[in-house]
Amino acid sequence: MAYSEKVIDHYENPRNVGSFDKNDPSVVTGMVGAPACGDVMKLQLRIDDNGIIEDAKFKTYGCGSAIASSSLVTEWVKGKTVEEARAIKNTDIAEELALPPVKIHCSILAEDAIKAALEEYKTKQTK
Amino acid sequence: MNYFELFSLLPSYDVDTALLAERYRELQRAVHPDKFANASEQDKRLSVQRTAQINDGFQTLKNPIQRAEHLLALKGLELSHESTTLKDTQFLMQQMEWRESLEEIKHSDDPDSEIAELYDSFEQYAKQITTDLKPLLVSEFEADHLQAAEQIRKLKFMAKLQDELTRVEDALLD
Repeated sequence: MAYSEKVIDHYENPRNVGSFDKNDPSVVTGMVGAPACGDVMKLQLRIDDNGIIEDAKFKTYGCGSAIASSSLVTEWVKGKTVEEARAIKNTDIAEELALPPVKIHCSILAEDAIKAALEEYKTKQTK
Repeated sequence: MNYFELFSLLPSYDVDTALLAERYRELQRAVHPDKFANASEQDKRLSVQRTAQINDGFQTLKNPIQRAEHLLALKGLELSHESTTLKDTQFLMQQMEWRESLEEIKHSDDPDSEIAELYDSFEQYAKQITTDLKPLLVSEFEADHLQAAEQIRKLKFMAKLQDELTRVEDALLD
């Protein structure tokens, strides 16, 4: 299958790979997996007191499209508010990376990773 | 289509694979297109259709994950082709750790023993999931079916891990 140039770029030079200290109170983690292909994705966000996402890191085991989707998402969420990040749709990711239909689930996984991380943020806020 | 009925087997996760293979050969022989060489066009078409059905059924029942999915489908819960995301953090953390261990093997001083250890861990973990899964598959409650679906999804991750481990092992032999 032919990958788009953007996918190849993110795959070969993934942005923001790595982890934050998960004991840092400003860090939230979203862990998600796609059973169909066994991909596993971890997205971490560092969110300041005003609800602005300062920094993001990811670690993904999966195909090129899954890595590219999570890499792109870390770039997109930086500087955004929690609300803005929550509004990112998988269709935006798929469109930006020109993902073929069989790889749409990779963009869904990346969207779900943001949602999962923000879910933890919400839980932490109400504590 | 109930594949268990097709092969005259009881609908269960535990299938006698030797018996399944035997029934498969019997059925295949009975509907083989060669037997219909002089039959009507409609009968020929039917025999081709039937052969395809028997092949699909055999592949489904032979594979434990697909067999479990078929059992759930018969209970009204369709899982194949779904794109549901798994969100069990603890389970996924463990998956991440194992993926990291797989990456490390090629730098190891003793890759063979690490491979053997991982094989054991994967097998034990998958066995535990299967043990949890079995009673859920025969339950009449929808909540149990949803839980069964979650266990089947986890088994898919374990199958992926086992594939990856085999790949790492093959790469070391090259």
